[in-house]
Amino acid sequence: MTATAETTTGSRGSQPPVPDGAVTVTVKIRRFNPEFDDEPRWDSFDIPALPSDRVLNLLHYIKWYVDGTLTFRRSCAHGICGSDAMRINGVNRLACKVLLKDLLEKGGKQTTITIEPIKGLPVNKDLLVDMEPFFEAFRAVKPYLVTYGNEPTRERIQSVADRERFDDTTKCILCACCTTSCPVYWTEGSYFGPAAIVNAHRFIFDSRDEGAEERLDILNDIDGVWRCRTTFNCTDACPRGIQVTKAIQEVKRALLFKRV
Amino acid sequence: MSLALDKPRQPRRPAARRSNGELYSWLFMRLSGLLLVVLVLGHLFIMNILDGGVHRINFGFVAGRWASPFWQFWDLAMLWLAQIHGGNGVRTVINDYARKDSTRFWLKMLLYVSMVLIVSLGTFVIFTFDPNISN
Repeated sequence: MTATAETTTGSRGSQPPVPDGAVTVTVKIRRFNPEFDDEPRWDSFDIPALPSDRVLNLLHYIKWYVDGTLTFRRSCAHGICGSDAMRINGVNRLACKVLLKDLLEKGGKQTTITIEPIKGLPVNKDLLVDMEPFFEAFRAVKPYLVTYGNEPTRERIQSVADRERFDDTTKCILCACCTTSCPVYWTEGSYFGPAAIVNAHRFIFDSRDEGAEERLDILNDIDGVWRCRTTFNCTDACPRGIQVTKAIQEVKRALLFKRV
Repeated sequence: MSLALDKPRQPRRPAARRSNGELYSWLFMRLSGLLLVVLVLGHLFIMNILDGGVHRINFGFVAGRWASPFWQFWDLAMLWLAQIHGGNGVRTVINDYARKDSTRFWLKMLLYVSMVLIVSLGTFVIFTFDPNISN
């Protein structure tokens, strides 16, 4: 089968039989094809789905059996890799972690699910955004162990209490849900964003690391933690349940009292 | 389709400036906010509730109050703190929402000029107020 840009059939041929208990839902997707579109447009698909399906299953159905040109990222499809962050019904979520039964309208009404690319990053195509600005901010906070002096001959030991201090921020999977839910990030071109601060926090409060001062200097900048307005969008968006705003506040406190 | 930013997500960011300016401005907002709660609520209480409230305020009332250095200082502190607190807040709003560097610059200039004008005019009036001006 030859795929063309204008194809309107799915990439896996004819549609599979509709399973028992399936309901028809409308999936409304904000799409943009840089080769043909000047402006993003909305496409709607009526597709059969089970309440136990994830939103990612709906996107797969559309791509495989309805419109093969639909473009989105996904890799592991189980909430670990952080590839499929998107704006689902107006909030940032991983498509592989949202179940259809949580989105269904009550009383058997027709359900419409709105899916948009995450905001604040340039859209390459459909739900696929350019993540480079996000990773640039991540790299800028030195998200790696910084030490000085001679290497120890033995393992770097850490107490349970010291490990606990940054435990929450080790969970980050860099999906960009938090950063692209932040109103300051949407409008301000150079704010580091919550994800970069979370990853700085992970090393700033690590007792084995010696680069806390460098990172705090970076985050003390005009584009750093002081831009945070504590709107808690990031905490609400995080698919790993990281207390993102709390982590940002802890970095602010470390800067304020010059103490980690 | 997207926002028109002058430097949208620039690939290289400038080195950290090692300045505590943003920290102090953040801290000032908290401390001045606390002080303003006392100053402004006290002001509103004296002006609007105590002794017949707003109806007794006239030239003589203001002249009587500003004869005392305490009320002069109260009003001066309220003027400066409110103006800088509010101005700093608007500055962050401009920083967040201005899409072009030139818009950002000119809005901030307008803000700073208005702040300086109001603060200096108010300070001038408080210190040079002449209760015998009608004579």
